[in-house]
Amino acid sequence: MLIRYLSQIGKYFIMLKEIFNKPTKWSVMKQLILKEVDDLIIGSLGIVAFISFFVGGVVAIQTALNLTNPLIPKYLIGFATRQSVVLEFAPTFISIIMAGKMGSFITSSIGTMRVTEQIDALEVMGVNSLNYLVFPKIIALLLYPFVIGLSMFLGIFGGWMAAVYGGFTSSPEFITGLQTEFIPFHIAYAFIKTFTFALLLATIPSFHGYYMKGGALEVGQASTVSFVWTSVVIILMNFILTQLLLS
Amino acid sequence: MIEVKNIVKQFGEQTVLKGVSTRFEAGMTNLIIGQSGSGKTVFLKSLLGIHTPDSGTISFDGRIYSELSNDEKRALRTEIGMVFQGSALFDSMTVEENIGFPLKMFTNKTPAEIKERVDFVIDRVHLVNAHHKRPSEISGGMQKRVAIARAIVNNPKYLFCDEPNSGLDPKTAIVIDNLIQEITQEYNITTVINTHDMNSVMEIGEKIVFLKNGLLEWEGSNKEIFKTDNAAVTDFVYSSELFKRVRKMYLEDDVK
Ligand SMILES: Nc1ncnc2c1ncn2[C@@H]1O[C@H](COP(=O)(O)OP(=O)(O)OP(=O)(O)O)[C@@H](O)[C@H]1O
Ligand SMILES: [Mg+2]
Repeated sequence: MLIRYLSQIGKYFIMLKEIFNKPTKWSVMKQLILKEVDDLIIGSLGIVAFISFFVGGVVAIQTALNLTNPLIPKYLIGFATRQSVVLEFAPTFISIIMAGKMGSFITSSIGTMRVTEQIDALEVMGVNSLNYLVFPKIIALLLYPFVIGLSMFLGIFGGWMAAVYGGFTSSPEFITGLQTEFIPFHIAYAFIKTFTFALLLATIPSFHGYYMKGGALEVGQASTVSFVWTSVVIILMNFILTQLLLS
Repeated sequence: MIEVKNIVKQFGEQTVLKGVSTRFEAGMTNLIIGQSGSGKTVFLKSLLGIHTPDSGTISFDGRIYSELSNDEKRALRTEIGMVFQGSALFDSMTVEENIGFPLKMFTNKTPAEIKERVDFVIDRVHLVNAHHKRPSEISGGMQKRVAIARAIVNNPKYLFCDEPNSGLDPKTAIVIDNLIQEITQEYNITTVINTHDMNSVMEIGEKIVFLKNGLLEWEGSNKEIFKTDNAAVTDFVYSSELFKRVRKMYLEDDVK
């Protein structure tokens, strides 16, 4: 069991190395990258915006409802919303959702190419199929921090809307909260996490799709397994990075 | 010329190829026949390096595949055209893009030159009204022809076809067979074809390799296959009444 996991992990790192071998012609690669940006990044903006706005709102309302003690200042609503959205909700929670959305898309599209022999066809032609398929995804996901930046902005904006228009606090108070005890390193911490998760989001689902065996049924199974592993690794990395960077 | 020496391929407990040796000459259509499940596809994929044989060597005009570096392997592969049993077209691309793909990847041709070459091969495989369709929007037989067009577009030195005319009507099947034979002779390609089609065996079988139970049971030309008294071959090739009669007539003709 353990040996199997270790050999899978070894295979994963060998795959990472192979992705950067023998690059595909730039003129072709450019188009592939644009397509992945469209599929993975642009295609995710809608759902990310929607979730961020409403969850930000809920965070603000929950905080407000729990601040029943009159001694606690109302600006804490803004403060709490900022802290939870910037530190955890946007980078980690959204990445788990993306492990489902982007991840299953990546695994099933690469897995389908595997079972219909399209990957063999690429290899037979002399194409480095790992570079051809995975490298553009990695490059496209370099834009992932923008998605998370948008999520942070909309999360806080949603919180502000809910707090102000729900009558829990005033706009100046909320904004005071947003500025309270602002630690610039927290932003760096959030984006270091985001960047790490982006690499995991591009490579773990690719790994599961690329090395799958079987037919259409197994493509579905691989997508599920890939979602589970991508989220597990994201959660673990989140824990490790938080230990390293914040404590 | 491709020379195969003693290749063995196992999947777990099952030994699919138990030591097959043969050679395929350039400019000739080499056919591999055998029952469904006899290992034809595995054999072809082992030649191509999609499956790594457990033992034995394959040499492409003296280049022994297993001894090449990864870069040399990739370079060799750009000289190979392959038609997969299931066509293996890229479903994110149109027919035209599929066929032009090897040119776009491995040549410095301009888009206009690529278009010209693609149109030329599309014409040769008799595809009509399909340029801008996706693989999922054309029939199985058309997909086969697109796959053939893609395999020959970059003038390969070695051409492998896994059942190129299964799923085609008899007329198109013959057109495709003749096309493959024609370009094989024209460009001196080493062509290896897996087939079930006895028509192809008779028409273009310049060399035929018969696989049975993972071994090479018989090899020879389509002339010789009429005369052989190898029971396994006659049993397989002449399993239909029609071919039994064809054989009888041929042998009687020969005696006269
Ligand atoms: N990837 C694989 N893993 C395990 N076993 C395999 C694999 N590919 C083929 N086999 C086995 O090898 C044997 C030969 O299969 P192969 O596909 O080569 O047959 P074939 O001669 O091409 O048949 P057909 O004419 O139906 O295409 C089969 O018993 C099959 O189960
Ligand atoms: Mg087969």
